[in-house]
Amino acid sequence: MRVERLSRQPGGNATGRDSVVFHRSMDEARRSEDAALAARLADDLDGAFEALVGAHADRLFSISLRILGDRSDAEEAAQDALVRAYRALATYDAARIRELRLRGWLATIAVNVCRNRTRVHRVKTTELAFDPGAEPAADPLASRDSRAAWAALLGTLPPAQRTAVVLRHVDGLSYAEMAEAVGRPEGTLKAQVHRGLAVLRDAFIAAERREREEMTA
Amino acid sequence: MTRIDHRPSPTATDLATVEAALATLAEPAPPRLAHITLVAVGLADDYALIDSPVGPLRVAWNGRGVSAVEQAPDDRAFELRFFARTGRRAEHRDELPLTLRRAIDRRLAGDRRARIDLDLRGGSEFERAVWLKALEIPRGEVRPYGWVAAEIGRPKAVRAVGTALGHNPVPLIVPCHRVVRSDGTIGQYSLGGPENKRTILATEGLDPDELEGLARAGIRYIGSDTTRIYCLPTCHNAKRITAAHRVPFRSAAASESAGYRACRECRPRVALVA
Repeated sequence: MRVERLSRQPGGNATGRDSVVFHRSMDEARRSEDAALAARLADDLDGAFEALVGAHADRLFSISLRILGDRSDAEEAAQDALVRAYRALATYDAARIRELRLRGWLATIAVNVCRNRTRVHRVKTTELAFDPGAEPAADPLASRDSRAAWAALLGTLPPAQRTAVVLRHVDGLSYAEMAEAVGRPEGTLKAQVHRGLAVLRDAFIAAERREREEMTA
Repeated sequence: MTRIDHRPSPTATDLATVEAALATLAEPAPPRLAHITLVAVGLADDYALIDSPVGPLRVAWNGRGVSAVEQAPDDRAFELRFFARTGRRAEHRDELPLTLRRAIDRRLAGDRRARIDLDLRGGSEFERAVWLKALEIPRGEVRPYGWVAAEIGRPKAVRAVGTALGHNPVPLIVPCHRVVRSDGTIGQYSLGGPENKRTILATEGLDPDELEGLARAGIRYIGSDTTRIYCLPTCHNAKRITAAHRVPFRSAAASESAGYRACRECRPRVALVA
């Protein structure tokens, strides 16, 4: 099977309830880490900024990569987002920095940077994915690498839906954090994520069916 | 990810599959991203070698500007010294960014309009004032320490000017080599000592021996008997005076009592106080 069913993580056999509890405590842990980092930034921006980069560069890169679809674009976007964050922090007073919820705030900056970049130059993967001409390559799931296939499939979603799905399921932001990050009501975001997931699921099921047909043919 | 439905329908299972697949799409950032970001905001630096009249120099820069110009025996020595002074790491690069290299080439060739941003953090207000004043001295000319002191409104701080120039983090770009002792002798130089200062001044078209010869003879100013203006000896206006019309003066007071006025460009009068 070319599109693997990826085991659920962490602890594949966790019941739904356990996993909710697990995520809630994760959220709390993350929030207190964020608050501690914000406090350090408020005291000494230059001294603590490297820690912010260490803690958030990977996720800002992942968000950018999955929205833009291109590694070098994503690298520039993540860097740009971090530089903007530094410049903004340099103008904030200590009390304002202390109150920042860094995860959501940084995600906002990354999402805005990505939006500005796609406005300037269209993203290649999106065009590829939408290209109905090329026969096998046009099917994103035909790729051998399952992650690449999912990433390409993600690229077929309209930008707002894609951003919502990326923030929720690639980055793992809560809906409350997302609402703050993109400035939309939670309900809208839930609907966007739900619609996005449904599109991905349908594409996945269609690909599986095609594969079965090919195998039995 | 958080599937609450305890009766898995095919649909719910597939949504969970999609969610699980998406959760694997996080990806570590390229390792260089952190350093590049820190350099961009001025919390780390890159450096590269450039050629100069006094041999290879290491030039460090970050998003705020050029942060160091140093003569160091090797990378390690440079990095340690840089860290000791700034508290920041510097990483070796093969080349300066092209625009920066061009700007430095133009500046060293005498084009004062070539824009080079400078990162002078760590300098006191007084030191910065001294460094920025040194930037105003044209290529091929020198000014006494006392001139710098007077121009920045601290006429008595002549020694402090010398110390501040010794701490200049970006010699050559901030031309502290163009500031000489008030008696006209060449004086000290942070970039490898007085011999280097002479070499650099010579490449800028000055003859250090001639300069010190004038100083030994007690000549501090040169006047023109046609314009009746007196200058510091290396002022470009003084250089234009033909031999027949050059009038040497030992002091500003002597020039003025002879009816000469001070040049408005090199402003020799301010050095008088020192």
